[in-house]
Amino acid sequence: MNSVKERLVNGILKENPTFVLMLGMCPTLAVTTSAVNGLGMGLTTMVVLALSNVFISLLRNIIPDKVRIPAFIVIIASFVTVVELLLQGFIPFLYEALGIYIPLIVVNCIILGRAEAYAYKNPVIPSLFDGIGMGLGFSAALTCIGAVRELLGAGEIFGIHVMPDSFVPVSIFIMAPGAFFVLALLTAVQNKIKINGEKKGKDMSKIQSGCGLDCAGCDDSGCAHRLYDEKKPSVKAPEQTDTAKKEDENNG
Amino acid sequence: MVKDLLVILIASSLVNNVVLSQFLGLCPFLGVSKKTNTAAGMGVAVIFVITLASAVAGAIYKYLLVPFDITYLQTIVFILVIAALVQFVEMFLKKYIPALYQSLGVYLPLITTNCAVLGVALTNVQKEYGILSGIVNGFATAVGFTISIIILAGIREKMAYNDIPESFKGMPIVLVTAGLMAIAFCGFSGLL
Repeated sequence: MNSVKERLVNGILKENPTFVLMLGMCPTLAVTTSAVNGLGMGLTTMVVLALSNVFISLLRNIIPDKVRIPAFIVIIASFVTVVELLLQGFIPFLYEALGIYIPLIVVNCIILGRAEAYAYKNPVIPSLFDGIGMGLGFSAALTCIGAVRELLGAGEIFGIHVMPDSFVPVSIFIMAPGAFFVLALLTAVQNKIKINGEKKGKDMSKIQSGCGLDCAGCDDSGCAHRLYDEKKPSVKAPEQTDTAKKEDENNG
Repeated sequence: MVKDLLVILIASSLVNNVVLSQFLGLCPFLGVSKKTNTAAGMGVAVIFVITLASAVAGAIYKYLLVPFDITYLQTIVFILVIAALVQFVEMFLKKYIPALYQSLGVYLPLITTNCAVLGVALTNVQKEYGILSGIVNGFATAVGFTISIIILAGIREKMAYNDIPESFKGMPIVLVTAGLMAIAFCGFSGLL
């Protein structure tokens, strides 16, 4: 189960963080104005993810269970700072293009999610490849979304003009609203696949229904709720579900 | 001075709306916008936390990081300060202002790792705002968030009874709505 190949395939296809798990949507929408930016963001995240996975896995027997989330955050934030400084020094154009979204990798659900779900429980080598696999999956997804937006919005892919001259660029696709529309179509396709799969009786529980339902994806992977105090989730959880239930009743 | 602050107020709340043009805080925006009541509660909690966090982060940056020349640690320091601050605010409210805790308490843990909070703290540093301008910027950003989440919740309440294609039910139609709202908010860009 922990084989290297299995981890890579899992990250890129089976549990693709963007297309399947719907994690880390903020950077996904913000930086995919072009394929290059998407790829840059994806690879930056991959480096942070792989390094933090390795470190958390190395320290998994030392970090006390109660303070693991703050410890994860410090480790992740350190690597993000390192990567940020490296980008500033060696790839300045990417640093300019990604701007504030580089330090915001710290709060990307994917990284904390993988730390909590995998690296904290598994040995170093599989954790490393889990990080690389997830990072590649994220990069591939961002590049695809970026390419689609760039193609429709500017008629280019990776800065190369590909559309015929008669094509009038729909510039809204590289502006903010376009991001929402592309993601809407993406989640609609995902919904369709899920509905069809369920009709055929397949297990589709892995596919999240968008970032919906009080951000199920984020909550599950340990972003919210679980800072500092181990007892909190059990106290908080019922409250959350109660309000959710009330909401449902009121809506119904 | 007042004019500068007013410009920040309008720019951060309407022109560069935190959700609709910067994509920060998307999770609560999409997740807690089913009803206008809860959306308003979330909005008030966000205003409270972001204003407080930008004040604290601004003070720490000016009086701790700059004098010791360790500004490169800003990301690490800000995220820890914000996480601790939210926990502290939660405990404080629970103990001393139970009424407020009743209405905001549920939302506070959701805000802890909200990227909008960290985003505002970092933007304040990036744009070299002083502490006062930073607080105004934080407040304005949070107000922008509140405006957009309440509008979205209002639309979603109306939309609940519409006949929506099966695969667009749930998140996709909300995202389409958000996209249309983003187009509307593009109109504010001529304001400044």
